[in-house]
Amino acid sequence: MLGLNSRDLRLFVIVCALCLLAPILLNPFPVASSLGESFNAGYPALMQRFVIFGLLVIGFNILFGLTGYLSFGHAAFLGVGSFAAVWMFKLLSYNIVPAIILSVIVAGLFSVVIGYIALRRSGIYFSILTLAFAQMMYSIAYSDLVGKMFGTIVTNGETGLQVYNDDPQFLMGEGAPTVPHLFGLEMNSAFTWKVGGWEFIFQNGYYLSALFMILGFYLSIRIFRSPFGMMLRAIKSNQTRMSYTGLDTKPYMLAAFVISGMYAGLAGGLLAAMDPLTGAERMFWTASGEIVVMAILGGVGTLLGPVFGAGVIKYLENIVSKINSDILHSWFAFMPEWMENLVVNILYPFVGKGWHLTLGLLFMAVVIFLPGGLMQLGEKILALFGRKKKSDDAKTGATEPAE
Amino acid sequence: MSKSNFSRRGVLATGAMTAGGLMLPTYLRADAHAGFTNAPQGDTVKIGFNVPQTGPYAEEGLDELRAQELAVEHLNGMGDGGMLNTFSEKNLDGTGILGKKVEFVTGDTQTKSDVARASAQSMIQKDGCIMINGGSSSGVAIAVQGLCQEAGVIFMAGLTHSNDTTGKDKKANGFRHFFNGYMSGAALGPVLENEYGNERRAYHLTADYTWGWTQQESMQASTEAIGWETVQNVLTPVGAGDFASYLTPVINSGADTLVLNHYGGDMVNSLTQAVTQFGLKDKVVNGKDFKIIVPLYSELMAAGAGSNIEGVFGSMNWNWQLQDAGTAAFVKSFGEKYGFPPSGSAHTCYVQTLLYADAVTRAGTFNPCGVVEALEDFDFDGMGNGPTTYRGADHQCFKDVLVMKGTENPTNQYDTLEIVEVTPRAQVEYEPDHPMFAGGDLGECNPGA
Amino acid sequence: MDALILQLLNGMDKGAAYALIALGLTLIFGTLGVVNFAHGALFMIGAFCAVTMQRILNLSATIIDETQTDFLGNPLKVEVPYVQSWFGEVTGAAIQDWAVPLSILLVIPVMLLVGWAMERGLIKHFYKRPHADQILVTFGLAIVIGEIIKAFYGANPIQTPSPAALTGSIDLGVAIGFEPNTVIYSIWRIVYFFFAALIIAGVFAFLQFTTFGMVVRAGMADRETVGMLGIDIDKRFTVMFGIAACVAGLAGMMYAPILSPHYNLGMDFLVLSFVVVVVGGMGSLPGAVLAGFVLGIVQSLSSMNEVKAIIPGIDQIIIYLVAIIILLTRPRGLMGRKGVMEE
Repeated sequence: MLGLNSRDLRLFVIVCALCLLAPILLNPFPVASSLGESFNAGYPALMQRFVIFGLLVIGFNILFGLTGYLSFGHAAFLGVGSFAAVWMFKLLSYNIVPAIILSVIVAGLFSVVIGYIALRRSGIYFSILTLAFAQMMYSIAYSDLVGKMFGTIVTNGETGLQVYNDDPQFLMGEGAPTVPHLFGLEMNSAFTWKVGGWEFIFQNGYYLSALFMILGFYLSIRIFRSPFGMMLRAIKSNQTRMSYTGLDTKPYMLAAFVISGMYAGLAGGLLAAMDPLTGAERMFWTASGEIVVMAILGGVGTLLGPVFGAGVIKYLENIVSKINSDILHSWFAFMPEWMENLVVNILYPFVGKGWHLTLGLLFMAVVIFLPGGLMQLGEKILALFGRKKKSDDAKTGATEPAE
Repeated sequence: MSKSNFSRRGVLATGAMTAGGLMLPTYLRADAHAGFTNAPQGDTVKIGFNVPQTGPYAEEGLDELRAQELAVEHLNGMGDGGMLNTFSEKNLDGTGILGKKVEFVTGDTQTKSDVARASAQSMIQKDGCIMINGGSSSGVAIAVQGLCQEAGVIFMAGLTHSNDTTGKDKKANGFRHFFNGYMSGAALGPVLENEYGNERRAYHLTADYTWGWTQQESMQASTEAIGWETVQNVLTPVGAGDFASYLTPVINSGADTLVLNHYGGDMVNSLTQAVTQFGLKDKVVNGKDFKIIVPLYSELMAAGAGSNIEGVFGSMNWNWQLQDAGTAAFVKSFGEKYGFPPSGSAHTCYVQTLLYADAVTRAGTFNPCGVVEALEDFDFDGMGNGPTTYRGADHQCFKDVLVMKGTENPTNQYDTLEIVEVTPRAQVEYEPDHPMFAGGDLGECNPGA
Repeated sequence: MDALILQLLNGMDKGAAYALIALGLTLIFGTLGVVNFAHGALFMIGAFCAVTMQRILNLSATIIDETQTDFLGNPLKVEVPYVQSWFGEVTGAAIQDWAVPLSILLVIPVMLLVGWAMERGLIKHFYKRPHADQILVTFGLAIVIGEIIKAFYGANPIQTPSPAALTGSIDLGVAIGFEPNTVIYSIWRIVYFFFAALIIAGVFAFLQFTTFGMVVRAGMADRETVGMLGIDIDKRFTVMFGIAACVAGLAGMMYAPILSPHYNLGMDFLVLSFVVVVVGGMGSLPGAVLAGFVLGIVQSLSSMNEVKAIIPGIDQIIIYLVAIIILLTRPRGLMGRKGVMEE
């Protein structure tokens, strides 16, 4: 069905179901409970980030997972996508269709140029070339060097680009929404389902982003299983040999690079469509590094791993960073005071302002104990329950022929 | 399926009334509620403290957080009440806000606009915060202010000094207590004229981003107004670290004054390098002693720059060494709780939290539009800055500005800066349509849902 | 002309710093084949050794002075450094003044220990793992090191002044026939330059003229053959890791007076040091040093007002622009070896 074999189809259905039910699955605790206040992640802004960054890393994985080429400047495409989208809001209207289309096109153009140049080198030389391009673009955007040159505003520097009331918005109709919308369907409107102490929020913007991620995921399965994907894997295993067979590998590589850049552009456009402001720091090397880390953390070359990697990092960034000492004290208030203080003092360095420490330790732990990334953890758990379900991990993915 | 604007707290309200049938799914229309985003339910109200806890301004953010926690204590009637005792309005009586106990959540902005917005969104969407306070950079303040405007909650800015925050990026739901680049320039001008005369040649090094640009523009205008010549303005990359390449040209430029439009780590490094490595403070140019000016000071930066700031002029919004009753009360409660004096950004966040609470009390509602109305053109005193007005036209506070100087012979580790002059408010005031603030549109207050 | 000379000096100084960091990174790349994202953190540890030395020398006995008061009106606590009470006020103050150079006593043992622990405890297990895994684990380590430093020293930059005698600037121009007060340069930066030159020369001499160095160089070129000759190359690589850590630490220590150390310092230098190493060419020590100086000088020259007047903001992107041009004209950087890290 859908051109997928049964195993991929099952994976695809699982992803669809997870996306559909995320507002429920991510809010497992009653709203007013202390666990709910701390650990519920089912609010729209974070769910949007889960799927958008998931989409971004799925795209990145097409390049890195299949070809082994490590781009260290992928955030640049995310950034230009966002800038393109916000400019569409400023010039045309808040309708997200032109914004998203343009963000993909612009990111595609940038990736053609950068890919064409950077792919003349391989290995770490390629990584540094992509990094250098991204850092240049970051600096140009951060100080709005293009804008300065023409005496206008292009990226609006560090403040970031946002939509003002006096922007032209040529296509803006009378009474049209003043927030991003899809032909009138406002992205930030939601409906809330209350069950007992629980509360689940279903938001338009999230479901639109999730839809794009599902489409992106489907496309990525098709690419992984296509002759094109095979070709990319072949390049990964031995590019020189491929060249000796008389095959010009460059067009394949460039295609992979551009596809992956367009995924990033789409993600950037979606980020802007969910929240119409963008800034240069979206393109900084740490943002590119974060994409790489998400992919490795989840499991390079697996279909689903990158999505999990993105989810874990965004969860830490948004949930763990908000746990402060007061919250810790409220958790352990049932203990005798000395014990409460002891436990809080032990835990406190790892949460709140210390959430980076947790992040760093997590990276190390995953690489040391789970060489295949978080996907391997999933497999181990499945194996534990005796279900010998073959999952789509790097090894099987890399060695099995396309079905 | 009904679609409506998102609001969690509002939903809870109706939920409490209608959802008697416990586990039965209840479909709700979110617009059938109090009429604004996150209307507080029950006997508590939640506010969000969004400050940098990691990254270059972490220390500053943590100091803001301390002051914010102190403000919440005072609002809830714990501690000694701090500035509640000196505040000219006497509506706050230690029973929370409108009888509701104040709770707070914290978040990490990392001093990145994206992250700060994500954190603010989670406060609004997940925690049901009715007000966001804090921040340590103008880029972040402008980003979060825009978000709060869209979401329909109040933003009480923390440390943000760019003219744009209440200039071309002003928003109806956003309020700034902190002073700005223009005020720094206007306050420093006359003092510099007094100290250094009318015939100086100034060389500007400016951090290449929005705050740096507006700060430099303001300083150039005010120094040229006292007859100084601007030799050159050089933009330096943010986080450059090594400023040698920008400092060596100063030596032979014929300039006798260096204006460092830098903040944070940039300021610590550029000032340290100018003083200790290139000996600029010991030079004599055009028969005058070479001088350095740092328009915006903060205690933490002063501590980072150590003895290099001795005799260097700058400006501040507030300083713990002021002698008025409000300052004394705040420094006492802060000092007793944490063991050291509060920073200027801590003061701003503390005052902003109290001002918000007071505005809600006077308005009699948490509705942002009521709060906006209560804060616009509001006059108050007793908060450490003398008589102050929140101007309605741009939501900027107008009050005295402090001209500071690096202490020559510090007696203790907190004695880094001394107050040279309290510049009267009249001298730093400007029209809302002043060219440096022109453009932009306050818009209408947005109560959200 | 004088402006050009000054910028060349700046470039040499900046280049010395870049070269020193890149040298340590290349030692690890070249000998062990490990992409070490924690190298910036090693640099930072060095800088914080200087901070620690300063703190140690300023450890003080607290005496309560009833005649003065602090900001809350309580009696003022006066601190008297132990060093001053032991060695007398003058000698004690002089020792404190020389805290940064003295911290070399701390840097070398600490860095050797850190390097050894890192290699034996962590890196060793990653020799055969993909580069991606190496990146993630060392990046995680860098974050952890940064957070530990932050927990002890806070996030604010910490002032670590150079000795008073080496503070300020001297007039270099007079010596070479310029007008007085035209070519003035920072004494500490001149010291840094010569210090860096000394370290670089030392590392090269060590690799060139000692048997140990010869084996390591052979191991860099062909690890398996050297292993087959019955030489325990692993042990030597551990030592090399320690030396590389030392080089990074010394670079950081001497840089502390120039850049006030803070916990994120390592990350600030991380990307730049990789660019320098790759531009120099993978696996080439002379390449790393050459690239450090080339990029340092180019960056300084591009910061000249005359250049910025033509292309605004060029100083912010020049390093990356030059890196791209070099990598496109020379496939393996300035002096890279074929096949190293090209996959």
